[in-house]
Amino acid sequence: MVDKKLLGRENALDVIDKVIRWSPGDLTEVILRSEFTALTRFTKNYIHQNVAESDYRVTVRVIFGKKIGSVTTNSVDDDSLKQAIEDAAAIARLQPPNEDFEGLPEPEPLPDVNCFVPETASFSAKDRAAAVKEIVEIAKERGFEASGAFSTGSAELAVGNSRGVRAYNASTYAALSTVMAGEDGTGYAEASGRDVRELRPAEVARVARAKCEMAQNPVSVPPGEYEVVLEPLAVADLLDYLGRAGFSALAVREGRSFLTGKLGQKLFDEKFNMWDDGLDPRGFPVPFDLEGVPKRKVVLVENGVAKELVYDYATAKKEGKKSTGHGGFRGWGPMPTNLFMGEGTATLEEMIRATKRGILVTRFHYTNMAHPLKVLITGMTRDGTFLIEDGHITKAVKNFRFTESALRVFSTLDMIGREAVRVERTVVPAIRVPAFNFTGVTEF
Amino acid sequence: MKELTKKALDVVKEMGASYGDIRIVETRTQTIRTRNGNVDALSSTRSKGFGIRVLYDGAWGFSSSSTLTEDEVVRVAKEAVEIARASASVKRDKDVVLSPVKPVVSKWTSPVKIDPFSVKTEDKIALLLEADRLMADRKEVKVRIGSMACQREDKIFASTEGSYIEQTKIETGAGIEATAADRGELQRRSYPTSFGGNWATAGYEIVEKMRLLDHAERVAREAVELLTAKQCPSGVMDIIIESSQLALQIHESCGHPIELDRVLGQEASYAGTSFLTPEKLGTFQYGSEEVTITADATLPGGLGSFGFDDEGVPAQRVTIVDKGIFKNYLTSRETAHELGQVSNGAMRADGWNRIPIIRMTNISLEPGDWTLDEMIKDTKEGILVATNKSWSIDDKRLNFQFGTEIAWEIKDGSLGAMLKNPTYTGITYEFWRSCDAVAGKDEWELWGVPNCGKGEPGQVAHVGHGASPARFRRVKVGVGKW
Ligand SMILES: [Zn+2]
Repeated sequence: MVDKKLLGRENALDVIDKVIRWSPGDLTEVILRSEFTALTRFTKNYIHQNVAESDYRVTVRVIFGKKIGSVTTNSVDDDSLKQAIEDAAAIARLQPPNEDFEGLPEPEPLPDVNCFVPETASFSAKDRAAAVKEIVEIAKERGFEASGAFSTGSAELAVGNSRGVRAYNASTYAALSTVMAGEDGTGYAEASGRDVRELRPAEVARVARAKCEMAQNPVSVPPGEYEVVLEPLAVADLLDYLGRAGFSALAVREGRSFLTGKLGQKLFDEKFNMWDDGLDPRGFPVPFDLEGVPKRKVVLVENGVAKELVYDYATAKKEGKKSTGHGGFRGWGPMPTNLFMGEGTATLEEMIRATKRGILVTRFHYTNMAHPLKVLITGMTRDGTFLIEDGHITKAVKNFRFTESALRVFSTLDMIGREAVRVERTVVPAIRVPAFNFTGVTEF
Repeated sequence: MKELTKKALDVVKEMGASYGDIRIVETRTQTIRTRNGNVDALSSTRSKGFGIRVLYDGAWGFSSSSTLTEDEVVRVAKEAVEIARASASVKRDKDVVLSPVKPVVSKWTSPVKIDPFSVKTEDKIALLLEADRLMADRKEVKVRIGSMACQREDKIFASTEGSYIEQTKIETGAGIEATAADRGELQRRSYPTSFGGNWATAGYEIVEKMRLLDHAERVAREAVELLTAKQCPSGVMDIIIESSQLALQIHESCGHPIELDRVLGQEASYAGTSFLTPEKLGTFQYGSEEVTITADATLPGGLGSFGFDDEGVPAQRVTIVDKGIFKNYLTSRETAHELGQVSNGAMRADGWNRIPIIRMTNISLEPGDWTLDEMIKDTKEGILVATNKSWSIDDKRLNFQFGTEIAWEIKDGSLGAMLKNPTYTGITYEFWRSCDAVAGKDEWELWGVPNCGKGEPGQVAHVGHGASPARFRRVKVGVGKW
């Protein structure tokens, strides 16, 4: 069953055609989004928040020469659209030309990627409650308390412009996460994807429960430099920073990236490979960006060598290149959106066995960039932090604060997990790093 | 709108809901951003819709829609009850009980001297571009940004208990920043503070008060000077924190841990819980005697000010920490009942499509009786830090680490060299217990934080913090390898 609230390709493109026809601009761009999302949240083994939302949003950019006005409205009737066009034209006329404006992209053939799974779109509050019940029962068997969230939804994105771009995509989304809490330790697991049937609540619950069991009675270990085994959730966090801080063509041009003047150099361990691929179904596929440009696979790092950057239309045009389909963030410039890290050959077990005295990290919490050129990141560990001694996990430890450079992590890692997993939009394996800087410790 | 709210409340009552409320919200925002001499974004956004929240069989349900028609109101009301029915299938051992609130019929409008929507857009652009030009002289400055935004929110709240409240709130914010890069170093400086500048529940008068043009040249100069400044030393020393960074410190280490929904586990799976567990209420020594912290939703101009919260509870002033002792949480009707209290009015939703959750109002450090000058003179060895650059804190809000844009050495009672990449870290209550000086009223400033994230699905709240500079003894600074 297709969710009947979606506009569908024809109606969505019809809105876009109308706006372009009515616009007085030399150029016009329209982005239409519709969103039907729902989320069930639970704490201490019961559902405490349960919400749903339906929304349509249209953003119109009316352009005279290099003067641009942008209006967003969430009413899609003809009168509201006409008003939005008029307002956008009025504010466009008010301003001096934007000399950095490079025009709008031309149409290109769009890849055919299926992002819509009817079973996800029709997943109901009742279905989500049943999954939560399953998780809660698994927690209760050990006397634990489960908290978490289960969200499902469908969305549409349509992008069009007066040069002929007409892009439409319908997609679905599902994400499930749970923290299980015992007396004095917690464990976490999550799953997400376009197909809700891939999520397997009981499996997620069992992983979180196993972590939680191991996490009880944590001891305090002094901060310092340790060998670490980082599980995929932690790796994804660092990889996202690395991607955003370094691989935007605009940031490189402006000297804000660690890659300025260093493209083509070997900056990372030769086992390290990283790319952006919006079309790979192992991640969250999406056929085009917010400028309506098809997603292209971009090899960011190959065998440790920094290779390519992501581009939006304006940044690409300035350098005589082609957009890679990473646009639509306006002045922020292009950004990687679907990162992948290449697998290695190790199992998690082997990485632990190779560790003399180190820390196994399940995930990080509240990370933030302390210095963008050094990609120096600080944050906490959370929901399953363990001491490894002589190749074995020996005990749970209290959570650490780390202050460490992602550049150092990916240039010194010595083992890479053989299985990459989806962590929201990023697909990564576990890694082992011989030295990682923990700079503080907390009380739990 | 009264017919629509009545329809919604009738439908949920007919379906057997024990409580229901509806909010109809329309938000209008204008955003201007200049970047390197160009108008990089000039946009206007309108969003309107409604959300219906119900209690059915002792459990919550919520649904929302942007289509404001009677048919859709009926559909959404029914859906909210259906969702609550699903919630009740995985229920707690006891029903949700709401602490009482007196039903009110009222109107509230935030005070505004100059309606920001009435100021000519050309004039706003001209101001930002002039600030941009003043930052443009130095070749090391790679990115210059000016931003300004204003927002008007019109909101109706109606409940099955008989409340009908109309509120209009106008907010305005602006700021500038310069990012300099050269020879492998990158530094940023901003004014009045980072991440979009300062914000208030006020009109364009706040922008005029900022005098952006008077500060633009300095901002650019300091960004460039930071490139070659000394690295902040590592060690344990006294630090003096300027008001806007202290605002962030209050936000992360006091504002979030006093949210009673967090304390009770309602955010456990996402942002986390709190070290301020209920047995600490009234006795725990959160800080030194110098530390008195209030939550005040009635502060004129505060970004976290309002007339009534999104449960129809009137705005209040509450003492959170009294001379160092932890006294009160921020509460909602549901969570207050758990502690045998009534709500102190901290429930707010990020628009029509979100449920209200507990949010900070204006959480402020009350002024002391020092001056910044006296503090510096009284400090033998330490640093003065200013303007937030990065923040991080654990999921019970104990171990924090902040980075700031800039710092200065303090040696034998006077300010010395500029320092780059300052960071400091600590454990919340140890840190606040080490506070031995707070500057007075004259140096007390109210800051607006327009980007506080919480909840699933994500909600962004606009909150306020007042603070004057304060000194903390023996803090760990210069964390990590630089
Ligand atoms: Zn916050």
